[in-house]
Amino acid sequence: MLEAIGVRSMDDLLVDIPQSLRLDALELPAGLSEFETMSEIASLAARNRVFPDRLTFRGGGVYRRFIPAAVAAVTSKPEFYTAYTPYQPEASQGTLQAIFEFQTLIAELTGLDVANASLYDGATAVAEAAMMAHVQTGRTEVVVSGYLHPEYLEVLRAFCDGRGIKVRKGTEPGPKTAAVIFQQPDFLGLLVDARTLTEGAHAAGALAIACVDPISLAVLAPPGEYGADIAVGEGQQLGLSPSYGGPHVGFISCRKELVRRLPGRLVGTAYDAQGRRGFNLALAAREQHIRREKATSNICTNHSLCALAASVYMTYMGTKGLRQVAEVSFQRAHSLADRLAALPGWEPAFQERPFFNEFPMRVPKGPAVVRKLARKGILGPLEVNRWFRELKGVLTFTCTEVNDPKALDELVEALES
Amino acid sequence: MTELLSFEKSRPSAGSPRLPEAGVTAPQATEALDAGLLRAKAPSLPQLSEPEIMRHYSRLASMNYSISEQFYPLGSCTMKYNPVANEIAATMPGFAGLHPYQEEDTVQGALELMWRLERALCAVVGVERVTLQPAAGAHGEWTALRMISAYHHSRGDNRTEVLVPDSAHGTNPASAALSGFQVVEVKSGRDGRISLADLESKLSPRVAALMLTNPNTLGLFERQILDIAEMVHATGAMLYYDGANLNAFMGICRPGDMGFDAVHMNLHKTFTTPHGGGGPGAGPVGVKAELVPFLPTPTVERTNGHLTLDFKRPRSIGRVRSFYGNFGMLVRAYSYIVAMGGDGLTQASRDAVLSANYLRKQVEDDLEMPHEGPCMHEFVASAQNLAHEGVRALDIAKALLDRDFYAPTIYFPLVVPEAIMVEPTETESKATLDAFAAAIKDIVATAKSSPQDLHEAPKTLPVGRLDEVAAARRINAYLQGQSDDPVLRWKRAEK
Repeated sequence: MLEAIGVRSMDDLLVDIPQSLRLDALELPAGLSEFETMSEIASLAARNRVFPDRLTFRGGGVYRRFIPAAVAAVTSKPEFYTAYTPYQPEASQGTLQAIFEFQTLIAELTGLDVANASLYDGATAVAEAAMMAHVQTGRTEVVVSGYLHPEYLEVLRAFCDGRGIKVRKGTEPGPKTAAVIFQQPDFLGLLVDARTLTEGAHAAGALAIACVDPISLAVLAPPGEYGADIAVGEGQQLGLSPSYGGPHVGFISCRKELVRRLPGRLVGTAYDAQGRRGFNLALAAREQHIRREKATSNICTNHSLCALAASVYMTYMGTKGLRQVAEVSFQRAHSLADRLAALPGWEPAFQERPFFNEFPMRVPKGPAVVRKLARKGILGPLEVNRWFRELKGVLTFTCTEVNDPKALDELVEALES
Repeated sequence: MTELLSFEKSRPSAGSPRLPEAGVTAPQATEALDAGLLRAKAPSLPQLSEPEIMRHYSRLASMNYSISEQFYPLGSCTMKYNPVANEIAATMPGFAGLHPYQEEDTVQGALELMWRLERALCAVVGVERVTLQPAAGAHGEWTALRMISAYHHSRGDNRTEVLVPDSAHGTNPASAALSGFQVVEVKSGRDGRISLADLESKLSPRVAALMLTNPNTLGLFERQILDIAEMVHATGAMLYYDGANLNAFMGICRPGDMGFDAVHMNLHKTFTTPHGGGGPGAGPVGVKAELVPFLPTPTVERTNGHLTLDFKRPRSIGRVRSFYGNFGMLVRAYSYIVAMGGDGLTQASRDAVLSANYLRKQVEDDLEMPHEGPCMHEFVASAQNLAHEGVRALDIAKALLDRDFYAPTIYFPLVVPEAIMVEPTETESKATLDAFAAAIKDIVATAKSSPQDLHEAPKTLPVGRLDEVAAARRINAYLQGQSDDPVLRWKRAEK
């Protein structure tokens, strides 16, 4: 090949690199065979402790759920996972149609007009929604109401710092408020009065941004029904493994008046000269590769394959299946909450507040509880005091369809012992 | 071949999957909660049986080109083969089953992997520390600019501009704007490299950073990089490295040694994590010592073999995403680095440069080469020589699709008219490169004999060229309330 190029050595191709910059070698070990590589990786995996799904009662934004085998069977198809962003639509109809279906599923679930092709995670989805509200209203602060996931709040602050937007915790929007942001159910699992918060935002001329749990939307009022302008959330529960926090998938949907402010990719229908329906990237003039510094966001690579997993999951479940998953989680969580409240010294941290499938309990010795359960092979509740000073001794428990009734018995027995 | 939407195939008689019953005594949400909290109208999800679902997605899969089946010479995107072992690594239960809020003593293997990956990336790019948190390249760019901004602020220095070359990726100016900076463009010279004269004229105490890709998006090494670094640093600004083109020189040279202060890497380009039809990727950012205090929290620390997450970093820019990054992609990239080793990574880059120069040579008589070689890992050609046949870069791209090749990147970088940007990568054989060159020759011959054939391409795919203008018009009509067809989602036709 060197001869065909017309040079004598590789160095002739690297002449533009100043000699002073040339390296002798990388300070890394030599390569290994596949067998040795996998042994090394497996030995690292073996140094982690994996708790069984059914004995995992910890949530806080990432949940164990039943994942149908169909999900991995689809996402492990190399035609999906080794394709690039669908810039050549004729050779990418599979990816494009799958994204179009994802957009429709999210729009259906959230009750809003249009959803995008995906974002990185729930946290950046909240932040992107805040950017949309800032540009739409021309206002310079966002109000965060109640217990938004603390890491989402941190990411929101990082994004807002860059744009000079103030993040204020509270419930009262003012004349400078671009949006009121709330989570439903909130970080502790409690249900908030989304309608009142939305009306409050609108009365102040601000937008309402609802950060929602997609499974709960099979039963709970979706943002579109209570008038929120933008819905965002984390889609991990829709068929993705916990995977130490990622990759998962953020989603965002909005009223049609805001569509031009949406970040990232959008897929729409288009027709060829023969009148055949196809799918193509749409409204690209919002995006960085066209608009550069005037783009609605800098996002390019998104989480397409995770969105595909979510689509397969939602399609597998259907309306009824999703509802059953939501109801079973709700029932088991409520059954567990009752039993835990009967333990000596234990009480619901917010007695009067309804919750969905995650709930806060105030207990005498939080850290000891978690350690004790770990010894019994149970991944116990989350200590939320780590983020919220006022929640001393508060633990949040999560139940889903994978925590069978016997697993609840085992948890309660372990606590009683 | 076309495939109906899952929504169009939906049939109520398909039934629902069998799922666990609650098995406890507690009311359902629909009984227990106030009506105001509940959904009034059920979402309309498709209802299909598992065999129908599997067939649906198998048919969709067959409508995609992918690196597993086609050569994908997409410039700037580094579409190299994705080793299948990496997929096995990431799905090991010891990784996939970890909850992000597990206690540190139960995730030592995961933290060790992250720590080792960080050290390996530091070695490849020549920096002090790396954050693995950013989810993608653009996210990494923005993270780096937040750190640079925090650094200047910490010195009481309020800098408001970021310099971006005219040949840069669109994410550069977008990330700078999202970070609150004004974007100032720096021109390329006639040799395709950044114009030092223009750079000089744009540098000032207002400038926070210069964002640079090296080799640049024309596939050319910025020979005067050391002078550029000196000029930038002399004004107190920082030099930012866009790692999109890192595949050009692993083990040959390092951005850190060139004077870059912050460096992002695309694990989904250089380190073979799959693109997934547009993600997930991962965009770690490496920094020199002066930026270390500003790294996102948490960092992974290792003391006497024990690993911890450090959240106490008072000068940190905070968090840029939830948890610790796209961990599953980190496992894949680490698996790749272990398998390749220092020697293998170096060889990969050398082979990538060899492939690009070889392919460039094979097509240099067929297309215009606006800049002199040698190139690094990619080259940019121009289809302007076919202008009087009425043939454009777009036609060549579509004709390649008909010949079972994915198309190169076209119309980018913006500084080359009718640009065709080709990045073959090291994982393609000479036979594949020859076949691609033959296809280009065939297309150029067709351009001269029957250009109309090219305008009609592609003819062999599920759809022909889609009418984007009409689609945009339909979207406008919907957004202005003049049409019920939402275009951007499926909606059941009103009966």
